[in-house]
Amino acid sequence: MSIENKGKEKEKDSAVLVEKVRELEAAKRENNNDDKENTARILNEHRDFTAPLSDAEAKKMMSKHSRRSFLVGGAAAIAGLLGYGWLRREENFYIFQKGFRFNEAVSQKFFGNNDLAPEFPLSRAGARSNGDIGLGEDFEVADWDLQVVGVANAPNYPQYFDDISFGGEDNAPRSMDMPPAPNVPVAGLLLSLDDIKSLPRVEMTTELKCIEGWSQIVNWTGAKFSDFAAKFAPPENTKYVSLITPDRGYYVGWDMPSILHPQTLLAYEMNGAPLEPIHGAPLRLVTTTKYGIKQIKRIGRIEFTDERPADYWAEQGYDWYSGH
Amino acid sequence: MAKQLEKKHSLATRWLHWINFPLLTLMIWSGILIYWANAIYKVEIFGYELFKFFPAWFYEIYNIDFWGYRIPDYLPAWSYEWLSIPKRLAEGISLHFFFMWFFTVNGVIYVSYLIFSGEWRGMLPVPGSFKRAALVTLHDLHIVKKLPPQGKYNDAQRIAYTGTILLGVAAVVTGLAIYKPLQLSWLTSILGGYEWARWEHFWIMIAFVLFFVVHVGQVMLAGWGNFRSMVNGYEAVNTDGLPASVSEAGAKV
Repeated sequence: MSIENKGKEKEKDSAVLVEKVRELEAAKRENNNDDKENTARILNEHRDFTAPLSDAEAKKMMSKHSRRSFLVGGAAAIAGLLGYGWLRREENFYIFQKGFRFNEAVSQKFFGNNDLAPEFPLSRAGARSNGDIGLGEDFEVADWDLQVVGVANAPNYPQYFDDISFGGEDNAPRSMDMPPAPNVPVAGLLLSLDDIKSLPRVEMTTELKCIEGWSQIVNWTGAKFSDFAAKFAPPENTKYVSLITPDRGYYVGWDMPSILHPQTLLAYEMNGAPLEPIHGAPLRLVTTTKYGIKQIKRIGRIEFTDERPADYWAEQGYDWYSGH
Repeated sequence: MAKQLEKKHSLATRWLHWINFPLLTLMIWSGILIYWANAIYKVEIFGYELFKFFPAWFYEIYNIDFWGYRIPDYLPAWSYEWLSIPKRLAEGISLHFFFMWFFTVNGVIYVSYLIFSGEWRGMLPVPGSFKRAALVTLHDLHIVKKLPPQGKYNDAQRIAYTGTILLGVAAVVTGLAIYKPLQLSWLTSILGGYEWARWEHFWIMIAFVLFFVVHVGQVMLAGWGNFRSMVNGYEAVNTDGLPASVSEAGAKV
C-alpha cells in the first residue's frame, strides 16, 4: 500500500469516527429532554457556557486562560516541590516535632480521666514481647529498690535518703530542654516492691498497642500510678514524670495527665503471674493512654519534674507524647 | 463552526484538586512507611495466599538485581531514600501526623465549597445513577451504543467522585479511631475495635490507589482538552454540542 493510500484510509477512518460521535451526541441531546433519565436535570445542575464564539476567538480565549493557568500552576508545582525538599532537610526536622507538640496540645485539650479504653475478657489475654533495651543482664531483683525523686516534703518519709543516686557510668538521660548531670548526688526515697503492693491492688485486661501497629490484649495487676502519686506526692502542679531503668539504658518522659489516668498502672503481675524479666520484672509501667514504647519495663527511678524529660524513642525521631 | 467555552471547573475546584493530589500521595506514602513496621495484611482465598501487602520486592525494589542491572545504577542518589521503605517508621509517623491536618482541612474546604456553591448538583448521584452508570460502563466497553443523558459528568463519574469524598471521610474517621483509641474509644468500638479500624484504614488506602489508577487512565483516554480544563477551567465545545477536539479532527477531513 502506498503512503498516499494509507493516508486516505486514515482519513476515512476518522470520518467514520466523527460520524459515529455525531450520532451519539445527537442521541444524547434527544435524551436530554427526558428529565427523569438525567441526573443533571433531576438535581438541577447549572452549567456555565460562553456565548458562541468563532474558532479564532475561542482559540484566543482558550490560550489566554491556558497561559495564565499553566504558568501559575507550574510555579505552584515547583514551589511545592522546593518547599517539600526544604521541609525534609535534616535541620528542619524540628518542624515535624512542632507538629507533634501541636497534636499533643490539641489532644490534651480534650483529655480526661473519664475516657476509658475498653476492657476485655480474661480469656483473650496473651503475651508478646518486643524490646529489651534497658534490661541489662547484671540485674538482681533482690538488690532492686525503686528510687523516687521529686516528692514534696521527702524528708518526712521513712524511706528517705539524702543520696540515692545511681552508681555506674554517666550515660543517663538528660532533660529534653536542659541537661542536668544525672549522676550528681540526689536525695529521695528508696521504695520496696511491698511499698507498691501496699497500694490498692488493681487489675485490668486491656489492649497494649505497639507503635509498630500490632496490639496485644494483656491482663495486668498493679497499683494505679495516681494512687502512688497520691501517697508519694510531688509538689502541686508538677508537669512531668521521668522514668528510667536501673541501667539507665531506657528512659521515658510522661505528661502528668496521662500518667495520672486511672488506666495507668505500676504493674507487678501479668496474666496472673509475677512479671517475667523480659516483661519488666519487678515493676513496669502499663497504660491505655500511650503506645508500648512509653510503658517502660524494670523501672529504676521515678522522678517528678517540671522539665520535659528525655525520652529514648523521642530522641530517635518518634513523638514524645505518643498518646492515645 | 462556532464554538462555546464551558467554564467546567471553578478556580476553587482546581486548586483544591491539585493541592489534594500531593497531600493524598504523601499520606499514602507515609502510611506505607508506617505499615511496613507491621505489614500483616494479605488477600487469601480458602487459605491460599493470593497477594501479600506487600511482597518483599515492593520494599526492596531498589535492591533487586535484574540480571546484573540494578535500579539505583540509573537513578540519582537521593532517589534511593525515596524507594526504600524499611525502618522508616519514625519518619512515616512524623509525616503522617503532620500532613493529616492539611489533607483534612483541604477536604473540609472542598466539601463545604461543593455544598455552598451548589456544585454538588453536578457531582452527586441519585438512585437512578447506578443503572445509568452501568450503561455508561457498557458504552465505554463498546458493548452498547447508547449513552445515557448526562450533565457535566456522567453517572459513573458522579458515583466515582462522590465515592472519593466518602473515602476521604472514611480515611479520616478510621484514622482518628487508630490515632486516638482511648479518647475516641466510642469511635474505635463502632468500627469494630482497634485492629479492625487499622484494617479498614488500610483498605481505604488501597481503594484510593485503585481510584487513582482508573482516574488517570480515564483522563488519558479523555484527552488533552479534558486535562487542560482541570488546569485552566475551560473546555471548548461546538455549539452543536460536539467536543471541539472531535470536530477539529472532522474539519481536517
